[in-house]
Amino acid sequence: MFTARRKKPDIVSRIVQDPRDRGGPRQPMLTVAGLKKHFPVRRGVLGRPAGVVQAVDGVDLSVAKGDVLGVVGESGCGKSTLARLLMRLIEPDDGEMVFDGDPVGVRGGLSVSDLRRRMQMVFQDSYSSLNPRIPIADTIAFAPKMNGVPPRLATERARALLEQVGLSPALFAKRYPHELSGGQRQRVNIARALAVEPRLVILDEAVSALDKSVEAQVLNLLVALKEAHSLTYVLISHDLNVVRFISDRVAVMYLGRVVESGSVDDIYDNPRHPYTRALLASVPSLDPRRRTRETPIAGDPPNPVNPPSGCRFRTRCPLAEDVCAARAPVFAAVPGGDGHGVACHMADGASGHSRAAGATVMEAAS
Amino acid sequence: MNALHDVATEFPPQADLVRPREVESPGYWRQVRNRLSRDPVTIGAGTVLALIVLSALLAPLLAPYDPYQGSIMTRMKPVGFEGHPLGTDETGRDMLSRLLYGGRVSLLAGVAPVAAALAIGGTLGVVAGFFGGLVNTLIMRVTDVFYAFPSILLAIAICGLLGAGLVNTLISLTLVFIPPIIRISESVTTQVRAYDFVEAARASGARPMQLIRHQVLANVLGPILVYATSLVSLSIILAAGLSFLGLGVTPPTAEWGLMLNALRQAIYIDPVLAALPGAMIFVTSMCFNLISDGLRGAMDVRIRT
Amino acid sequence: MLTFVARRLLHAIPILLGVSMLVFGLVQMIPGNPIDLLLPPEAPPELIAQMTAAYGFDKPLHIQYFSWLGRTLQGDLGYSIFTGAPVARELMSALGNTFVLAVPAALLGFALGVGLGALAAFHQGTWIDKAASAFAITGVSLPHYWFAIVLVVIFSVTLNWLPAQGMGFEGLPGSFAEARSLVLPVVTLSLIPMGVVARVVRATVLEVLNQEFVATLRAKGLIDREVLLHVLKNAAPAALAVMGLQFGYLLGGSILVETVFNWPGSGNLLNLAIFRRDVPVMQATIVVLAFFFVLVNLLVDIAQAAIDPRIRR
Ligand code: SF4
Repeated sequence: MFTARRKKPDIVSRIVQDPRDRGGPRQPMLTVAGLKKHFPVRRGVLGRPAGVVQAVDGVDLSVAKGDVLGVVGESGCGKSTLARLLMRLIEPDDGEMVFDGDPVGVRGGLSVSDLRRRMQMVFQDSYSSLNPRIPIADTIAFAPKMNGVPPRLATERARALLEQVGLSPALFAKRYPHELSGGQRQRVNIARALAVEPRLVILDEAVSALDKSVEAQVLNLLVALKEAHSLTYVLISHDLNVVRFISDRVAVMYLGRVVESGSVDDIYDNPRHPYTRALLASVPSLDPRRRTRETPIAGDPPNPVNPPSGCRFRTRCPLAEDVCAARAPVFAAVPGGDGHGVACHMADGASGHSRAAGATVMEAAS
Repeated sequence: MNALHDVATEFPPQADLVRPREVESPGYWRQVRNRLSRDPVTIGAGTVLALIVLSALLAPLLAPYDPYQGSIMTRMKPVGFEGHPLGTDETGRDMLSRLLYGGRVSLLAGVAPVAAALAIGGTLGVVAGFFGGLVNTLIMRVTDVFYAFPSILLAIAICGLLGAGLVNTLISLTLVFIPPIIRISESVTTQVRAYDFVEAARASGARPMQLIRHQVLANVLGPILVYATSLVSLSIILAAGLSFLGLGVTPPTAEWGLMLNALRQAIYIDPVLAALPGAMIFVTSMCFNLISDGLRGAMDVRIRT
Repeated sequence: MLTFVARRLLHAIPILLGVSMLVFGLVQMIPGNPIDLLLPPEAPPELIAQMTAAYGFDKPLHIQYFSWLGRTLQGDLGYSIFTGAPVARELMSALGNTFVLAVPAALLGFALGVGLGALAAFHQGTWIDKAASAFAITGVSLPHYWFAIVLVVIFSVTLNWLPAQGMGFEGLPGSFAEARSLVLPVVTLSLIPMGVVARVVRATVLEVLNQEFVATLRAKGLIDREVLLHVLKNAAPAALAVMGLQFGYLLGGSILVETVFNWPGSGNLLNLAIFRRDVPVMQATIVVLAFFFVLVNLLVDIAQAAIDPRIRR
């Protein structure tokens, strides 16, 4: 469906200064460092904590203004927790967050409610994310009203947004969610997210539940709205085709950590992490030249309560060696990449992995 | 409706030559009303109940006699006795008048405790369900303790300790109904809380109280109300039962339970007469149960109570 | 399963503690001094002081509570202020009499309720369903103390078939003739559980019957043993839950019916104690009844978990 990539404007025209921006055009829209969230698991007679799910365990991300960052990974890798952490719907245990140059949630920085005026989210489940008792225009107008926009103006804005997402306000404004199709509901959700005029929108599996044809329409709509409202997106998905279609940069998550990140081209054409390669191999590509021979990933992801020591992927990695169990690989830049980074011992010449980039050279030298 | 689906949205609205008329869907409550209006049982029960309520309210106008003024001359006259269509009681007071006036107290004792419990228990339950965590634990554990008493035992215990009287009856029944209403409200709120629309509304900057008011309440009120109407039925039975035991309102108040108690010894003389107050309790409580069932169906409530 | 049972047991302890505190607190709310009820108003102050000390009413509240709790746990429920007899003995015999009513009433009510509910569900929408549902809703709407009087009017006063009042035997009925005094109260008491259980069973069975694969089987005209078993297994937990509650209500809530039939059960005892302001009897009766209620619910929880492992969370 998305064999063709979205035509992306060149780098210069992408850098547009929006009057609402606080930092300069090169100031990333959002940066997070060391973001962490562990959930305690209670078990036993007294409900003692029996362990923690390390849902998000030290994630660093950065999204440039006007960019689309795709976050991919299997279900259960912590993507959705990450989305909720970014939105501050759940409190992170640790980590820093900077929005357009302003630190979030610290004294003198951006408060969480300020953040939510600048950042919005579209949820995966289009049904559950709309209040069944409220007509959709009122759902869209809710956020502006809560932020002090007079009710009449908020309703006007809601109707204008309905128009923009391709739903005629005359036909839909006073409808209830259950009367709409999945695609239409997701359009409403998008309109709702845009109602506070945010700078950044998190799309948490926003198109995953839709039929393929509807998915394409909604993705195109998202691209159009991004240009019209000069938005920045963080798109979270398990669907590599969707991510490739819409993203400028991609982060690959595995068990609560980012294992590889880089530009779309780097990730899709030059994947360095065995997990990324396996993910890509498991996607049937329509382009025969891009079909790889890599074996798809074996087995299910391990239990996130007690993740494997060292590299978390080692239990499923075909190239795992002793060093992978002993030490966690550090996230390091890939030479020659456009901000391409990977956390694998094979990318670190000094790691001791027999296939490490530098190791082969040393062997040849000796 | 299917024809409208995404196909329609592929054509930009500007292309419409004729602007369609504003489409408005019936809201949830209007749908409920529509469905109720097509339910003969509920309409019937509602009509009967309306008549009972009305006749209780209008008792001073309708009652042929003073409900507290008896005469030794006309004691225990049977139904249909001249001038007393429903006969007279053991002290010669007109039964019809007393039943009309008795409805005022009995209905009050049925509705007021549930309404009060709805306000208190509903608030606590919604708060517990919405906030979860420690607040939830605190509220729900205390509720569990009250739940360890069979409702009538609790009512009798409280009433017995506070002493007889209408106010104490109302207080004790309110206390009895708070825990079950807390439970129901907590459980439906917890369910609603799990929906993404609450998160989405939170993400739009709404504060907890605004979330509860604008997003949660409309979704939990239905089930809670359905449950409360069925409690009214129980409340009427219990209130009359307390009076029957001598723990409720005190003589000579006209109240169905108390009248039943007073006429209990009369079953050997005139069983029909003695059965009248109980029949009123039965019919009223049945109406509330039928209405509760009708509401449950019309609101499509799927909780067990 | 074992952890589940252990957790449930542990969960019951704070509830029972709360119950005891609540009962103790309620009793403190009684207006007036309990000693005044015991002694004539002209009693000399020394005697009042002596009695107050003897009952421990002079100590601080929390001390009174703990000493009462400690004695209760050891089975010492104190002495009735009114009769002077040990409360434990009176309560045991009263509870026994209540059980004699509650157990057959529960069995009758549950059997009728399950039958009616299942019948209604399997014939959803037909006149059978309507009749059964009407019967069930009547059961929950009837003021049972009134129904008891109606029964007495019909079967004792008019027909003179069954005794109107009293128990007519001690412990368990020895003969059929003695058991006749059981009939009316048992029928009365079975009414509410019948209605409640029928309604819940109908709803849950309908839910199961509407599950896709059951519906398909039924559409093919197949209602075999397997479907019935499936229905039973899935409807049982919900039905059990209400049965547990209802049995608890029968133990504690038969006070009204016991009064009508003058049945010397725990409800009657409580009623008497309330009118005599007999604090130890009141306290003990309420606590013991609540204890049974918690116990029954506990057993139901465990039975539910045994049937449906999904409940063991
Ligand atoms: S560090 Fe080792 S186990 Fe982890 S991905 Fe690299 S080679 Fe595989």
